[in-house]
Amino acid sequence: MVEVDNLVKHYGSIKAVNGISFSVKKGEILGFLGPNGAGKSTTMKMITCFLSPTSGTARVQGFDIIQDPISVRQKVGYLPESAPLYEEMTVASFLKFIASVRGFEGKDAQMKIDKVFETCQLHKVGSQPIHTLSKGYRQRVCFSQALLHDPEVLILDEPTDGLDPNQKQAVRDLISSMKEDKTIIFSTHILEEVDAICTRALVISEGVVKIDGTPNELKRKSTFHNAVTLTLPKGCDESLKTAIGAIVSCSKLEKIKDLEEGKTQWRCFAKPGEELASKVIALLKDRKIETNEFHVEQGRLDEVFQTITKTTK
Amino acid sequence: MQIRNVFKRELYGYFNSPVAYIFLVIFLMVTSWFTFAWGQFYEARQASLEPFFRYHPIIYLIFIPAVSMRLWSEERKSGTIQLLLTLPITIPQAVLGKFVAAWTFLGIALLLTFPMIGTVLYLGKPDLGVILTSYLGSFLMAGAYISVGSFTSALTKNQVVSFVISIVLSLLLLMASFPMVTQYLEALPVWVADVITSFGIWGHFESIKRGVIDLGDIFYFLSIMVFFLYATVMTIDSKKAS
Repeated sequence: MVEVDNLVKHYGSIKAVNGISFSVKKGEILGFLGPNGAGKSTTMKMITCFLSPTSGTARVQGFDIIQDPISVRQKVGYLPESAPLYEEMTVASFLKFIASVRGFEGKDAQMKIDKVFETCQLHKVGSQPIHTLSKGYRQRVCFSQALLHDPEVLILDEPTDGLDPNQKQAVRDLISSMKEDKTIIFSTHILEEVDAICTRALVISEGVVKIDGTPNELKRKSTFHNAVTLTLPKGCDESLKTAIGAIVSCSKLEKIKDLEEGKTQWRCFAKPGEELASKVIALLKDRKIETNEFHVEQGRLDEVFQTITKTTK
Repeated sequence: MQIRNVFKRELYGYFNSPVAYIFLVIFLMVTSWFTFAWGQFYEARQASLEPFFRYHPIIYLIFIPAVSMRLWSEERKSGTIQLLLTLPITIPQAVLGKFVAAWTFLGIALLLTFPMIGTVLYLGKPDLGVILTSYLGSFLMAGAYISVGSFTSALTKNQVVSFVISIVLSLLLLMASFPMVTQYLEALPVWVADVITSFGIWGHFESIKRGVIDLGDIFYFLSIMVFFLYATVMTIDSKKAS
């Protein structure tokens, strides 16, 4: 459980974070979105007690970040942005250091290390110095450091940044698999990620929360929500188009492109909050027109993201 | 406990980079070169390590900033400070752990000068008590220099800048009671001159080197360390964000 209560962080005259509040429960994966410089990392650094807030506070598993930072740090596993690591150490000795700082010694420590070696697949590089590792392995080593004490709260700053598509998927699967008994906050620039694994998304821009909702709620804000894309056969007359355009819940009909054999692809947008697909289907049936492509969009996160974060500029 | 963990990691860091070994070799070469070439070890015809210890304050002036410059600069530059200070470790624990590691490293360097003792023992009958207090004095002095270096390292991400500021600051401390400086202080009122002199490293080391353990001298070195380590903690706390 993480409760963030009106956090503010100013660097001189720059307002990096300007009053952010939200809370995340166990079992939730919160996707933290926002353009670069929106205050994502700063907020995470305050929750992990690296930075002290200018005002406001946060509680992690009930412990206050200002009153009891050490208890907070014991509860949290943190993956900082771009995976900073002690370059000269080997992977195994680095994790041993983390284990002893986390209070595990001897057999206990070895068990914990073996476990993260398994989850993050580090066996191949265990005895290598960290500076010889590839980006993907570095990210995994830093991830394993955050997981070692099996924390109740995981805070991950761009965990998939700089990884190849397979590695990204592996990290996503790993995060998903842990959601049952953890509270997870992670930031990302990749919107499909939010769709794929988050139970909730928080969009912040210029230091304030713009939207807090499930990925589906976010998509509903898209102009593409409930839009219908369909292909019309060759030679279909203008009146059909007019008829589709005239459906009450249709706000706009636009041609996407010409396809082969004179077919054309169209998209009709739904008015906010209205259902369109069944009406279009009814109309096509009525006119006995066959279409070999017909799909309903749920909405586009990237479009929502852009509208939200651009209007403020 | 956490101090020990930080200490172990830091010391591991020293011995896992070639720089540490190069440092040790050069340190041993330079100390002996000063002893024999400048200290006129043989010409003095005395079984004493005074010529060996005489130049330590000056050798440390360059060597210790070179060791201490990476203490915090590197953590901040590489971002590992974000790891370190989000683990359940407090800033004072981290500062102390790192300081003790650097101090231990210098202690090891100092211990490796043991052939010097063998040499004087072979040549005559040195006063072992004086040698022991001199080693203690040199070690304490190293601690004082390292605390200065720890502070300057916390000031900047740039190791070279840290190195230079550390030398300047240490030099000021050293010069305050350097014979060449104190003669100019005579123009000042006696108490002012005394205050300035009492801040100087040279004078305090001189008296320990003579074989006298004065609590005042020990207290002096310890308070320098406390002061600069406290300053390090304050600096890290206020600058870690940038």
